[in-house]
Amino acid sequence: MALLENRDDGATEIEDRFTLVGDEDALPESGGVIVSLSRFEAEKGALIAREGDLGVWLDSDESPSTIEGDLGSLAVVACNFPAFSDGRGFSYARLLRERYGFKGEVRAIGEVMLEQVPFMIRSGFNTFALRDMKSLEEVKAVCDEVRVVYQPTGDGQATALQRRLGR
Amino acid sequence: MYRYDEHDHALVQDRVKQFRRQVERRIAGEISEEQFRPLRLMNGLYLQLHAYMLRVAIPYGTLDSRQMRKLAYIARRYDKGYGHFTTRQNIQYNWPKLEETPDILAELAEVEMHAIQTSGNCIRNVTSDQYAGAAKGEIEDPRIWCEIARQWSTLHPEFSFLPRKFKIAITGCENDRAAVKVHDIGMIMKRDDAGEVGFEVIVGGGLGRTPFVGKTIREFLPKEDFLSYLEAVLRVYNQLGRRDNKYKARIKVTLHETGKEEFTRLVEEEWNAIKDSTLKLPKEEVDRIAAHFEPPAFKAFEDAAPACDARAAADPEFAAWLRHNVNEHKASGYAIANISVKPVGEPPGDVTSEQMDAMADMADEFSFSELRVTHVQNVVLPHVEKDQLPALFDKLTEAGLATANVGLLSDIICCPGLDYCALANARSIPIAQELTKKYTLEKQQEVGDLQIKISGCINACGHHHVGHIGILGVDRKGEEHYQVQLGGSASEEAALGKIIGRGFTGEEVVDVVDKILDTYLELRQEDESFIECFRRLGQDPFKERVYGTA
Repeated sequence: MALLENRDDGATEIEDRFTLVGDEDALPESGGVIVSLSRFEAEKGALIAREGDLGVWLDSDESPSTIEGDLGSLAVVACNFPAFSDGRGFSYARLLRERYGFKGEVRAIGEVMLEQVPFMIRSGFNTFALRDMKSLEEVKAVCDEVRVVYQPTGDGQATALQRRLGR
Repeated sequence: MYRYDEHDHALVQDRVKQFRRQVERRIAGEISEEQFRPLRLMNGLYLQLHAYMLRVAIPYGTLDSRQMRKLAYIARRYDKGYGHFTTRQNIQYNWPKLEETPDILAELAEVEMHAIQTSGNCIRNVTSDQYAGAAKGEIEDPRIWCEIARQWSTLHPEFSFLPRKFKIAITGCENDRAAVKVHDIGMIMKRDDAGEVGFEVIVGGGLGRTPFVGKTIREFLPKEDFLSYLEAVLRVYNQLGRRDNKYKARIKVTLHETGKEEFTRLVEEEWNAIKDSTLKLPKEEVDRIAAHFEPPAFKAFEDAAPACDARAAADPEFAAWLRHNVNEHKASGYAIANISVKPVGEPPGDVTSEQMDAMADMADEFSFSELRVTHVQNVVLPHVEKDQLPALFDKLTEAGLATANVGLLSDIICCPGLDYCALANARSIPIAQELTKKYTLEKQQEVGDLQIKISGCINACGHHHVGHIGILGVDRKGEEHYQVQLGGSASEEAALGKIIGRGFTGEEVVDVVDKILDTYLELRQEDESFIECFRRLGQDPFKERVYGTA
């Protein structure tokens, strides 16, 4: 599994500084952790007080509205795609960025299909756990395939309309 | 009509290149059929019973002669010399080779066409009134808004993996020819009390195995909020729509299960959060797109059309064609000519390359090079001078396209059925063929307005729920069987038909239709149409005749 980050000069492979901790597992002494929404809700105080960065992963039926008030304590929100066809995470990423103003890492995990990465970037994800990546070149190629966008999203890319209006 | 600018061109060309690379990876075995499937579906490429099928969008049903010739060329060069117009203003090619599909898309891109989002769980081709821009009483040309929606929905990053497919239809007329009430979102242009033009928004209509007539969730939406409201509906649906059962995943079920009031509240709440965002449409962009749909330069005519009238008086065949296939136009001295591509005994919707070329020529000669395809699978020349109608009729006759049956019994909507489709339970084309062979044109004209719609399975691609007479193919212990329902309508008075009783074999069902029509002809009052008569009398007299009991 490769963790990729979208940067200005394209996708880059990065080291994962978070550990995904299962609901029954003990928290590591130090370092970043990502926990499920239910564990976060059950142990919120202790998790926030703990040393090290904190993240929550949302399953596809868990809306980010449930953690809206806690986003200031979170370094990362991960959205799980239980199947590539379950596209709720695209809306969640847009809400996190555009509605709640979340500036931390928004990560796509689960069944992430390579061809979905450009849509994910546009929706506000900046990191992706890609299950079977062949090469970084391939990822970059896929991200550069379509140069025109019609929809304004929080990614700030100039839409066809903005170009037409010279804005 | 709309012409691509550099941005529109670049997107479609990029998309062709992207698909070419995906097909190459598939052919080289780098990706499996399972991995390829979602990619090809996003470009309208299905794997059918015998071969791949490519569905090409004809956005809101409008095309020019150059595009029609390209469709003809593709049918000739890459297929078996014909294409199939669908009920959603698309054209399907049933025999393309996988390795040639990128070439087909490249050919289409040359004439500003594509197959983007003609399948998959995304926003599909936006459909409209085939008489848009020509219809009398139209508030505004709805294609302006269809084009705005086309661009907004194309490769939408948030809405390309919806719970299920999503269909939008927009009309600018009170008379609904676009079946807007049986779409996921239907919009009807209207004026508010202050005279401002906007939209009534209808959500949650649909056919398939759980048919619903859509419900109005907003009586009036101002134009500038068109996109933000669409985005709000889609965002609510994307999060709320069921993912556990594909048969319950359409927005009609979401609306039904959530309740109209709560669903509307959620949409309005979302909309209030985004309506003043960058989605608010600047007037200059609406004006830019609207300029593409300015009416052609109509000549100033008195309404009298002496040449047309004289021919009609002397030639009963022309008179019949005029009566059934020609509609009123908003410009005086002009008419809307429907071309029936449903000659007796042929599969509805199938059109040969030669016919497409002939229609393109006629569009150049008679209709400012413009054509439309309709959701009842016919073709329209939208702007014909009335006094040119006799000349057009002669050309149509020569091309075998002058069947005077628009709106009549043989103007059937029919899905491809078990002859082509992997989902079908029964054949539908042969039933349509038998029915059209059984009735002479004179008899059909005597029966008058009648919509028969036939689907080969409960997915209802043949719209049987909204047929005045709907026929549904089912599988009964391995045998093809047909259920009959009555009273449906896709018009502004949309209604779903009801099954009359036990089903029939393919041979029987044709006789059943005959009994239903006999009953109507005996019981109708004066000019009463079939559907009016049915609404007055209900099912009983028809059931009684068919089954021998009430």
